Amino acid sequence: MTTVGEVDEARNGFDPTKLLTDWDRGTVSQLPDGRTLRTFEITAEDKEIEIAPGIMFLAWTYNGRVPGPSLRATEGERLRIVFRNYGSHPHSMHFHGIHAARMDGVPGAGLIAPGEEFVYEFDARPFGCHLYHCHALPLKRHIHKGMYGAFVIDPDPTRHPGYEAVARSRLLGTRENAGWQEFVMVMNAFDTNFDGENEVYAVNTVAHAYAKKPIKILKDKPIRIYLVNMIEFDPINSFHLHANFFDYFNQGTTLTPTLKTVDLITQCQAERGILEFHFKEHEPGLYMFHPHQSEFTELGWVGMFDVVEAMS
Amino acid sequence: MFWIAIPFAVLGLAIAWLIGTDPLSSFRNGAPPVEKLTFERTILGSDGVRLLVRAGGSQPMTIAQVQVDDAYWQFTQTPPGPIARGATAWVQLPFPWVVGEAHGVKILTNTGATFKREIPVAVATPTVDSMSFVSQAALGVFVGILPVAIGLMFYPVLRGVGRNGMDFLLALTVGLLAFLVVDAVAEALELAGEAAALFLGPVMVVLTTMGSFLLLMAVGRSRGTPTGLALSTFIALGIGLHNLGEGLAIGASFASGAADLGIFLVLGFTLHNITEGIGIAAPILKVRPPLWTFAGLTLLAGGPAVAGLWIGSLAYAPQWSALALAVGAGAILQVIVEVGSLLVRRSGEIQVSFLTPAAMTGLAAGVGLMYVTAMLVKI
Repeated sequence: MTTVGEVDEARNGFDPTKLLTDWDRGTVSQLPDGRTLRTFEITAEDKEIEIAPGIMFLAWTYNGRVPGPSLRATEGERLRIVFRNYGSHPHSMHFHGIHAARMDGVPGAGLIAPGEEFVYEFDARPFGCHLYHCHALPLKRHIHKGMYGAFVIDPDPTRHPGYEAVARSRLLGTRENAGWQEFVMVMNAFDTNFDGENEVYAVNTVAHAYAKKPIKILKDKPIRIYLVNMIEFDPINSFHLHANFFDYFNQGTTLTPTLKTVDLITQCQAERGILEFHFKEHEPGLYMFHPHQSEFTELGWVGMFDVVEAMS
Repeated sequence: MFWIAIPFAVLGLAIAWLIGTDPLSSFRNGAPPVEKLTFERTILGSDGVRLLVRAGGSQPMTIAQVQVDDAYWQFTQTPPGPIARGATAWVQLPFPWVVGEAHGVKILTNTGATFKREIPVAVATPTVDSMSFVSQAALGVFVGILPVAIGLMFYPVLRGVGRNGMDFLLALTVGLLAFLVVDAVAEALELAGEAAALFLGPVMVVLTTMGSFLLLMAVGRSRGTPTGLALSTFIALGIGLHNLGEGLAIGASFASGAADLGIFLVLGFTLHNITEGIGIAAPILKVRPPLWTFAGLTLLAGGPAVAGLWIGSLAYAPQWSALALAVGAGAILQVIVEVGSLLVRRSGEIQVSFLTPAAMTGLAAGVGLMYVTAMLVKI
């Protein structure tokens, strides 16, 4: 049925409801050639977090949270990620994107020992819904301990003639984008007893978080979800929306849907995409979403959209 | 008075020093506390599943969540809060279990450690009502009392045996008792393995067996070496204690659905235990006890099976069954010694007393009969 009790969000230092819309946009400056330079600062830290009521997990984190900060940039920008390792093990940031081998975040290229610092630098491309994660060995352990996060590159409307309106709606900060309700969801799971199987499943870490506290949705405003699967040990994860259908943009690298009118998609580890849907013709109420692996659902990965006429 | 105070004072000082200065802090290497949780009882009822758990960790343990069949489930814990080392708590789950199917309950502690209890076959746990009380008593009569009574009915036939026949019967008694003591200790150790580690199961079984053996030896010999009716009474007591432990284990396994009680199985137990009746009769063949003593011996040897079934199906924890079986093993050891010494006294010579053809075949027949009939009931 459900987990019993409440998670202490203050002690955790992050609130699952706020994680949904909490974008890290870094700091912006101008390069001599006129391009935008976007700088992110990330630290790796060991931190004990509460992943389900009463269950503590000694996580390895980016910026003290799991998933790590949701980085958001715009296509064509120069990105600089200052990475400091305050953790107890070597770590890295391996970005899914286009970059030089030197910037790949694998052993020998940006993997740093505790106390060290490394600066990753590359152009923001291609646009889409991407991710980053630690690529230190053993990989399984570094991933399931919590070292991953979303990395979204918004399309630059000027580069997509004929699709400017769509691109603008994806570009954070535009008037068109303000007409959407955007959420980031990282599907993850935790192996609390280190037997190679997950005991707790969730989106954004805390089991049943959005089932106990449904996500408020305005009926008239369309919804866009940046969905990333970072589950370890299980080969696939999925997303099923109740009583509705959505358009899906696999990896978010296109401006037209790669799947139209579906209510279920599957993702292997590191697979991700963008879901777009609305509840304009629905009556208000609670609409469930969960993976259609019943086991994951019953072990914590399930949530609700609370569709309302107006925000109270 | 002064000298007795010194060691206690030193102990007190050592404890105060340990707590006050914490000299062992350098041993703390960041390892999480050792956690241990033992499931002692599982009760399936119309309101779901109830489990009695005993904590045995290095620190009090906290139950954070409970899964049933890999699904988080609502639960209540009584008493709530951390469970101290050695203490127990009930965990109640409103889970709609399915008759005849398997379930698994997994408890997660605050550190994420897991402890799993398999329910191999879900059946409703018997409750205290007159119906089950009567049917369990009937079962106890069939497996405990009836076979001993049947065995004792051989008494008139056996009375006519000669010297060799008597040796054969006494050796047969030793053989069947030897089987029982091995069986009881093995089963006690097995049950002790299921009990919480802090009971030191195997040590408890060995010490209890030895303790009950020595105690009964002392009681038995306080008025000279027991013979005749006294010896028969001790045999009946030993077998009775064994049947109590056996009854506890059977009652518990039927209550948990681990065994299906077929007619064949009940008959097997009956056959198995008839040999015990013959053993009880052997020492009194040459005396002529009043008839009521036969009833008494039957109840003493077989009655505890009924009590064991009642207790086992209602209030079961592996350590108590192990304890009862260990007490029984000690009692059987005592009667082996006494019947053996009777055999020795009859022949007058230790070396040959067990080596006569009659005694050897008796031993073999006793062990063999018990072994073969035990095969009928072993699942």
